[in-house]
Amino acid sequence: MRRGALLAISALLAALSVRASEIPPDQRRSGYSFMSSDTKAMQDDDTANPAMLSVLDGEALWTTKAGVADKACSDCHGDAAGSMKGVAARYPAFDAVSGAPVDLGQRINLCRRDHQQASPFPPESRELLALSAFVARQSRGMPITAGDDPQLKPFVARGRELYTQRQGQLNLACTNCHDDNWDKHLAGSAVTQGQPTGYPIYRLEWQGMGSLQRRLRGCMTGVRAQAFDFDAPDMIALELYLMSRARGMPMDAPAVRP
Amino acid sequence: MAAALVNVPAKAKRGAVIEIKTLMSHVMEPGYRHTAAGEVVPRDIVTSFTCKFNGAEIFRADLFPAIAANPFLSFFTTASESGRFEFEWIGDNGFVANASAAITVE
Repeated sequence: MRRGALLAISALLAALSVRASEIPPDQRRSGYSFMSSDTKAMQDDDTANPAMLSVLDGEALWTTKAGVADKACSDCHGDAAGSMKGVAARYPAFDAVSGAPVDLGQRINLCRRDHQQASPFPPESRELLALSAFVARQSRGMPITAGDDPQLKPFVARGRELYTQRQGQLNLACTNCHDDNWDKHLAGSAVTQGQPTGYPIYRLEWQGMGSLQRRLRGCMTGVRAQAFDFDAPDMIALELYLMSRARGMPMDAPAVRP
Repeated sequence: MAAALVNVPAKAKRGAVIEIKTLMSHVMEPGYRHTAAGEVVPRDIVTSFTCKFNGAEIFRADLFPAIAANPFLSFFTTASESGRFEFEWIGDNGFVANASAAITVE
């Protein structure tokens, strides 16, 4: 009897912690599954995937010495195939120095500042995207683990708050499209669930590479809201929530998206 | 940072039709855009692509503005003998990039 009551309470708690509109884990779908067969073929073939050009650039940068310290990434981290395996899958991660999460691009720039004593790459620069793509490539096929660190809990909660908060002249929250209407279309395009499995991506609309931050800013502009600045704490919190929401899904970076 | 991705089958049967796929990293500037001050942004594109097999030209393409950034070209040829494909991209502002790939024909 008591055991039955406990089970009932825990089932109730589980139901309360998952809102009705949230996508059940078994129904989560990567943006890849919404794409046309042509675009899928482009992503699947490493010699046709334009994002692989960025990966090649990143591979070259990985071994290029930079900064006052005259060190390359590889001088500390060695072969990225081993040392960077699964790293992108757990970012944004908690940074003990700042006491806040940092995303992969920020981590690369922190490394540049602290260990290479070099100037940071600007957001969305070719170099930063190339290194991010090269590092993300090493996690292809691995499950996303971001947000597992208990220290990140308040930041995940903040990200979720932003995700469910209506904003802009169209007064829409992320959740209104990406949880409630992901199976529908907006003009000719699939709405999708907003699972960030493949960043940085080569987006056909951009004819170039871009980060999750750039994509999020695009969405915010779309609902006529003031887009968050690159690397703003709220931007990182939102990235973190999205990654934790996709926990367990396999990475397909560097992805092609329409 | 010029990088090329080339896909040539490593092996093929004699007489077989094979597909060659190439992707060149190049930031296109079509030459049609203007700055805020009204000046034309100079054109910067890949203008020509050549593929040679064992020294003989087998495929050539001339490219023009507004085709694509990072041009992807794919074409077919017949595997006649083992050898080496050499690829060359030429563009504005002295842009030159090369790549090569070997094939074994059995």
